[in-house]
Order: sequence, then C-alpha cells, then structure tokens
Amino acid sequence: MLDREILLEKMRTTPYLPMKAKIIEAEMVTDKEKFFRIQLEDKLNLGHAPGQFVMVSIFGYTEAPISICSSPTDKGYFDLTVRNAGSFTNRLHQMKKGDILGIRGPFGKGFPIDNMFGYDIVIVAGGLGIVPLRSLIRYIMHNRNDFGNVQILLGCRSPKELLFEEETKEWMKRSEIKFNCTVDRADPDWKGNVGLITTLIPGVDINPTRTYGVVVGPPIMYKFVIGKLLEKKIPDHQIIVSLERRMRCGLGKCGHCQIEGVYVCQSGPVFTYSDLKNFKGECHEKAV
Amino acid sequence: MKYASLKKSDLNDWLKHLQKKAKLYAPRKKENLFVFRPVKEVEDVCLEYIPTILPPKKYYFPQKEKLLKFSSQPFKTAKAIEKFEEFILFGVHTCDIAGIQCLDVTFRDAPEDPNYLNRKDKMTIIGIECLKYCDEYANCTSMGNHVPRGGYDLMMVDIGEKFIIHINSEKGERLVTKLDYIKEATEADMSSLERAREAKKKIFKEEFTAALPNVYDAFDKRFASDVWKDVGRRCVACGNCTAVCPTCYCFDTADDMELSLNEGIRYRIWNSCQMDDFAKVAGGEDFRKGRDGRQRHRYYRKFKYSVDKYNRYFCTGCGRCTRTCMADISLIETVNSLLKEERKDA
Repeated sequence: MLDREILLEKMRTTPYLPMKAKIIEAEMVTDKEKFFRIQLEDKLNLGHAPGQFVMVSIFGYTEAPISICSSPTDKGYFDLTVRNAGSFTNRLHQMKKGDILGIRGPFGKGFPIDNMFGYDIVIVAGGLGIVPLRSLIRYIMHNRNDFGNVQILLGCRSPKELLFEEETKEWMKRSEIKFNCTVDRADPDWKGNVGLITTLIPGVDINPTRTYGVVVGPPIMYKFVIGKLLEKKIPDHQIIVSLERRMRCGLGKCGHCQIEGVYVCQSGPVFTYSDLKNFKGECHEKAV
Repeated sequence: MKYASLKKSDLNDWLKHLQKKAKLYAPRKKENLFVFRPVKEVEDVCLEYIPTILPPKKYYFPQKEKLLKFSSQPFKTAKAIEKFEEFILFGVHTCDIAGIQCLDVTFRDAPEDPNYLNRKDKMTIIGIECLKYCDEYANCTSMGNHVPRGGYDLMMVDIGEKFIIHINSEKGERLVTKLDYIKEATEADMSSLERAREAKKKIFKEEFTAALPNVYDAFDKRFASDVWKDVGRRCVACGNCTAVCPTCYCFDTADDMELSLNEGIRYRIWNSCQMDDFAKVAGGEDFRKGRDGRQRHRYYRKFKYSVDKYNRYFCTGCGRCTRTCMADISLIETVNSLLKEERKDA
C-alpha cells in the first residue's frame, strides 16, 4: 500500500488514535522557538500538501495543532517549528532527539499549488507566518520551473526573532528568487530594512493578474497586507492566507476552530481572500 | 404489520420484555423535573413528562467519553472501548428524535466519527408523540417537530385506553411481534389516532411570528442586529444552554493519567462555545470575544449554518435552553425580536 493510503485508512477507521513518531532532530532556533524533525513509525511519508497541519499528541497533555514546515518533497521525515506559548508547547519544548510523540493527520486544506502553477508568486510572511510558508517555499524551490517569478517578503519584530536564518541566507543568494526582509526594530548589527512588512509591498514589481499573493502572519497583519496587495490589483481569489485557530479534533466536529459556519480544520487553514470576504464579522483577518 | 396496539395495562409487561432485550433507558421523575435513566423498576417509567433536564444525547454522545487508551513508555495506543452494547431509548419525544437525526448527519459527515456511529448502531428508539404542549418554552411547532418525522423504530401515541404503535423499522418490528398483548391496530384504533392528530392541530400553533424560511432570512440579514448585543448583555456565559441542547456537540479532549504517569485514557468531554476561552489560541488571540458574539454563534448554529450545510435546522424546539437559562434568555423571544426588526426595516 502507498503511504498515503495507509494514513487515509487510519484516518477513516481510527481518527482519534495518534501514530507513533520519533524526534530525529531537535534544536532551539530562537529564544522562543524550537525546531523538530520528525519521523513516523515505519518511516511512512506524511504525504501532506504544503500548508496542512498535524495534531501533535503528548500523553498527559492532550494535543495541539502545529503547522508542517517542510515540503512533501522532503521525504522520510517532516519538520515542525514551535513557539513556547502554553502548557502543551512548554512540554513539547522539553522533548529532545530520540523522544517519541503522537501524530494525527495531516489535516486541512493546504496552499492551492496546482492552481498556482505557472503564476508569479509573492509570499508575505510576518513573524511565525514563515513557519507554514516554509513548506510552500521549499516546495517551490524543489519544483522551481513550475512557477513564474517568486518573491519572498519576510518581516519580524527584531533580528533575533528571525527564523530559518541559514536557509533565508541561502534564499537571498539564489538568483531565481527575490528575497527581501525587514524588522520592526533593528539591533546594531542589522544592515537590512527597518519598518513594517507593509512598507516592502509598494516596491514589488508585479503583473497582478498573473500573480498569487500568499500571506501568513499574526491576525493583526492580514488586513494591512491584504489591503496593500489589493492596491496592487491582485484579484481576490489570488490572494491566499492561512489562519490560526484552536483546532482540537481536526475532523470538523469539536467546534473550536469555527469561523461562522466554516470549520477551519477541514475547509482551511488556507483560504482565498474571496472566501474571507464572505465572513460577516468573526474573522479578525478580514480586510476592512 | 404497520401499526400495532398495546393496552396501557400491559405497558409494564412490555417494558419488562424490552428490559430483557437490551439495556433500557426511559424518562422518570426527579424531584419536580424529569431525567432519562436506566430502567430498574418498570413502574418508575414516566411517559407524561416535560423535556428531561439533559436530552438522551448523554447515551449516544456521553459527557465524558473514552477516545483511546495510551501508554507513553513504550508508546502504545489502543481503542478504549472494545464493545458497544445494544440499548433502547424508550419514550423519546419527537423533538429529541429530531436531535438524534441532527447528530447523525453531523457525525456521518466525512470524516466520520466512529465513536458516535458505533453507539448509534446499537441504538433502538421508541418514541412517544406529544398530544399537548409540555410548557410555554417549547417551539416545536415552528420547527415542525411536534409530529413524528421518522428517525425512530417505534412511535407510540396515547389514544386513551391504548397506545397505537407505529412500526418504522425491522428492528422495531422485532420488539412487538410474538407478544400476545400487542395486536395489530384495528380500524377503530386508526380512526382514534386520526382524531388525536386532528385535536393536536387545535393545540399546537407556530410559536414564531413567521415561517421558518423567513426566520432563516432574518438570520441571514441580521448578523449585526442589536438583538445580539442585548442577549450578550444578559448572558452570564454559564454554558447551560449548550449542555442541555440535543444538537450541541462541541467537545474538548482531556488526558487522565494513572498514578504511574505513564498510562492513561484520553477522553472527549462536552464543551461549550459559550465559555470565554473556547476560541482562544495559545498566542492570546481570542477569535470570539464577547458574550454577544458567542450567543450569536450558538443561535446561528441552530438557524443558519446547519441549514446552509445540511439543509436542516439544528433547533429541535424542545425549549431546554430557555427553560434552563439563568438569565431568562428566551429562544422564542430572541427569534421573534429578530423577525420584528426585520419586518420594521422591510
């Protein structure tokens, strides 16, 4: 059986049973974020779409939804990057190489990569938004000739919060990808841009109807960035976002992640701005 | 046989028969209210009752339900429930049967929920049709649930000396055949049934001031209505309304560890969208802040979202949320205020 079929069968028959998975790498990457490389039992490939998430299980601490930050083209393992922000993630941060976790998933709808084939891509990442976007960026890198021009705009509060430093340095060097980075507050060693992520957008040169804008960041960021992309005349259905919600079951049942009638864990976390526009008032990320 | 009859004096014999067939749950009195309980003495079963404190939901979607057994070292997981037992829900009102239908749709929707479906598989439903209102809080007529609309194995109607039993499934038929006290309904029985249904029409009147499609429209247009602010101001966020609702199914999960801290059980536990941390994420963002937004969400899940998704209203009209509300928030009043506002603007 294909790995994917095995996972789908598990999901169908025992959707609440986590699979055994081993941490094969673990490293603090900033003061608050830890990177994990994880291998499923029997070295099954997760076979996710970029932008999907998994439910990570630690017995005694229940579960938490975590974005997958590696591409499905990275075979034999998958990556997570987690901020220490609560009791579950605090426990997760204590785990190290060789420790065992439970994994359910992958869940949700990822980035519409097939629709994005042949288009130019502008990726806008704010803070932790780079984590789910890394899955897309790596996917694009591994399938570079499927896409047009690719630009990445990255913003975070200060240089020491910058994630995937080594990788971003490499992205900067690659000529077929334009990479631009800004911090809200610089430190003495910082030589790059200073200012909010929105300041980078007016400078990007795009053909709007041929461009997908992909935005992930903290809730407050969306309306401003989406506003700027709309000013650039990118059509609503080509503006893509990924939303953070409190998923508990991943199966579209438990209710925690709902925006109005939509279960984000099943219909999202990736949405287009056309989807977002239809929400009446419960979606903080919607541009006004 | 499509309709059978049972003399009231033989009811207890039948209950004893049912008790032997499967685990039997039925309504009984508890102080001045009613509850569904396992039947010990058939004499305790009470068929003249107003909706029980909790709907029979607790038997097919338990408050605290085992999801899995686990051990950390070595890492092991297993199904926590090996076998689900056959059970009969006896004397279920038509509103609560509508509630079961709602949850069926929800949990059958892919990805399916095996825990629910396994239980549902073992369930037999014997309903009883109401011939008068339970109290002023019910809105079953507007919801169309004051009359049976399928979803049961047997449906009883009290026609005085006897119950007429509508047989709606093979499972149900097996429970009424080969018993000398249950007979095929006669023509006279059937005309009594007809008369009972006619008499009902004079008693049950729509509780909302407009028909359901208009209610849907009002919800569609009145998301920003002041009605929600008013409801939010009164709400104390206790979550009673969702706990007693036959169609609320939101849950959370919790791990119970053994003393060894190695083995344990993962449960799912009823949760309520009225709790203030329900939609809050670890980073601190609360996506449904405010009791007004949370109450509105509850109402929309009954009158709008489920209609869009399943073409089904998730309000059964049982009236429990109003009956239990500590702040006297009335569902009928809320819906009618919305309709009134809509008419004023039209």
